[in-house]
Amino acid sequence: MPEYILKQKIQQSTMRRKWFKIIEKGIESILFTSSLTTSITVILIIVFLFSEGIGLFFSKPIDKDSIIGISKQNTISKLSSGQLNLIFNQDVTNWKACGGKNDSILLLSINTLSTYFTEEELGSNFENIPTKINEFVQKHPGAIVSFSKTYMPKQFAGKLIEVNNVGVWEFLSGKLWYPTAQPVAQLGVLPLIVGTILVSLVAILLALPLGIACAIYLAEVANIKVRNLLKPLIELLAGIPSVVYGFFGLIVIVPAVQKLFNLPVGETAFTGSVVLAIMALPTIITVAEDALRSVPRSTKEASLALGATHWQTIVRVCIPTAKSGIVAGIILGIGRAIGETMAVLMVTGNASTMPHSLFVPVRTIPATIAAELGEAPSGGLHYKALFALSIILFIITFGINLSVGFVKRKNNSN
Amino acid sequence: MKKVTAITLSLLLAGASIGNAQKVVCKIKGSDTCLPLVQQESETYQKKNAGSSIMVTGGGSGVGFAAIIDGTTDIAMASRSMKMDEKLKMTEAKKAYKEVVIAKDALSVIVNPSNKVGQLTREQLEGIFTGQITNWKEVGGADLEIVVYSRETSSGTYEFFKEHVMSKKNFTPKALLMPATGAIVQSVSQTKGAIGYIGLAYMEKTVKAIKVSYDAGKTFIEPSLKNAKLGKYPITRPLFFYYLNTSENQLSPFVKYVLSKEGQQVVLNVGYIPLK
Repeated sequence: MPEYILKQKIQQSTMRRKWFKIIEKGIESILFTSSLTTSITVILIIVFLFSEGIGLFFSKPIDKDSIIGISKQNTISKLSSGQLNLIFNQDVTNWKACGGKNDSILLLSINTLSTYFTEEELGSNFENIPTKINEFVQKHPGAIVSFSKTYMPKQFAGKLIEVNNVGVWEFLSGKLWYPTAQPVAQLGVLPLIVGTILVSLVAILLALPLGIACAIYLAEVANIKVRNLLKPLIELLAGIPSVVYGFFGLIVIVPAVQKLFNLPVGETAFTGSVVLAIMALPTIITVAEDALRSVPRSTKEASLALGATHWQTIVRVCIPTAKSGIVAGIILGIGRAIGETMAVLMVTGNASTMPHSLFVPVRTIPATIAAELGEAPSGGLHYKALFALSIILFIITFGINLSVGFVKRKNNSN
Repeated sequence: MKKVTAITLSLLLAGASIGNAQKVVCKIKGSDTCLPLVQQESETYQKKNAGSSIMVTGGGSGVGFAAIIDGTTDIAMASRSMKMDEKLKMTEAKKAYKEVVIAKDALSVIVNPSNKVGQLTREQLEGIFTGQITNWKEVGGADLEIVVYSRETSSGTYEFFKEHVMSKKNFTPKALLMPATGAIVQSVSQTKGAIGYIGLAYMEKTVKAIKVSYDAGKTFIEPSLKNAKLGKYPITRPLFFYYLNTSENQLSPFVKYVLSKEGQQVVLNVGYIPLK
């Protein structure tokens, strides 16, 4: 070939190579930016979650402007938020129960003013309230008053009760969840945590064996007509919105559970688990079945050729080969079961009590957050409490994902 | 030519302002109790005043108040009045607001139709909902465990019931908190020992309303429209609209419509109690 044509061809190919290098570098940087953005978003979400939630343990479970005071003659100097709640709920009516003298408790708050004073005494614009409060506290040694700053007297004639910040242990082990109680909110999340774990665990126990068995059936045992009918149906189930599942659960499953187990109420943890299992099943089945089908035919035929039966092949060869896919299906199914909110909200009854069996109503953390976040004013105590709850949910989910990953790694190293 | 155009334009404008169409574009958020009523009102208003767009969503009175404090809604509809801390937040944010009563509602206590109990005093209701009374036989019914249904804490109905029927005591922690009144109706109709409370407009044939006595058993009054209008039924409450003073001009045509004879007729049709 003439020299100049050769030179041209070499120049063109070097130009092309340079172009390709530039394009490659460009694509690399786009991929890098997108993964950086995703990671930063995830980290920002986690930081936001923690910063809002941890703020709870630096605030008091009482309105900023609410003040509680007792008579100077009262021997008590401190009251915990639990005791205050019992007092204001009139569950405790004697100071003896809080460690004081044998004297009955007299509550004075903005709502009980009318039982002790007439409207004329209070003044037309309620301007006499501070003096009346002082009068009340000096006259009755068993008095306890709760008012906002606007009504409290400047020189209070009694002792002020300091309410402590919400404690971590008190939050995690308390058994009563009344976040909007006045004047002191009760924030105890133990029933919520136990409810969440109970419902999710039983849902996983129900869904896993059933899902994997169904996947094995579809991949190995079913004939082609049955598989072509069932697989699209199951994939269709995965697309149904969770509210529809919740509605279906409320109308069909709740009365069924009530009749079957002869319970006083059908909305129980078990019903929630059943609905969650139905929701997690299509995910587990689809992913596990795809993993099983991707086992190379040569491997299966080699096992059969060596004399193994069909079932021995399935158990000893197919499942171990498809293990990572099956585990991926399990993780996705578990994630769906734990995080599901709407369906659980409608069928578990949302009663915040410690479940002593599977067949009582429970309240889960996602349902609590969904039901209450709408009314919690931004930045308030209730809002911070709900974020603290979501931190707990995050830790639970993270822990489960870590442990599944750990099991997978152990199996791989084996 | 210019004169003719000017005259035609001014005539058209005059004609448009003489006409009755008063455009109102706003968002209304809040009480699920008010929801069926306000939806019906907004639909009839939008039919008569083309160009209006009124978006109505529920969520509970608490949600409506939080939204008006945050500025994400124009009108907060509520089945309870503003709490002290919500009022303080509005004054802190320097948002002057107006409270308008648009209708009245009666709360009816419902039980399963198979329940023999047909009347309860206020003290018995307090005992049942706070968890002191746990079996129907203690109030004259069968030997059946009482299952308490209530709304979530964001609901104005919940707050009103707690304040007026339960003397501000807390609900029993075993109460099942349902996300909507419709869910309460569904659950009470299918659970034999159930008891719950709903607004009168949500009453259905699948549940039974209970007569209530506020004078320790002397007279028991049924929750009906007639009794509520006459003021005889004790568990009645006003329904409110809350909006900022700054948006008063924009919202007043709709608010005036709701308070007018036509709007109050809609109130009656939907099942609530009109103001007069």
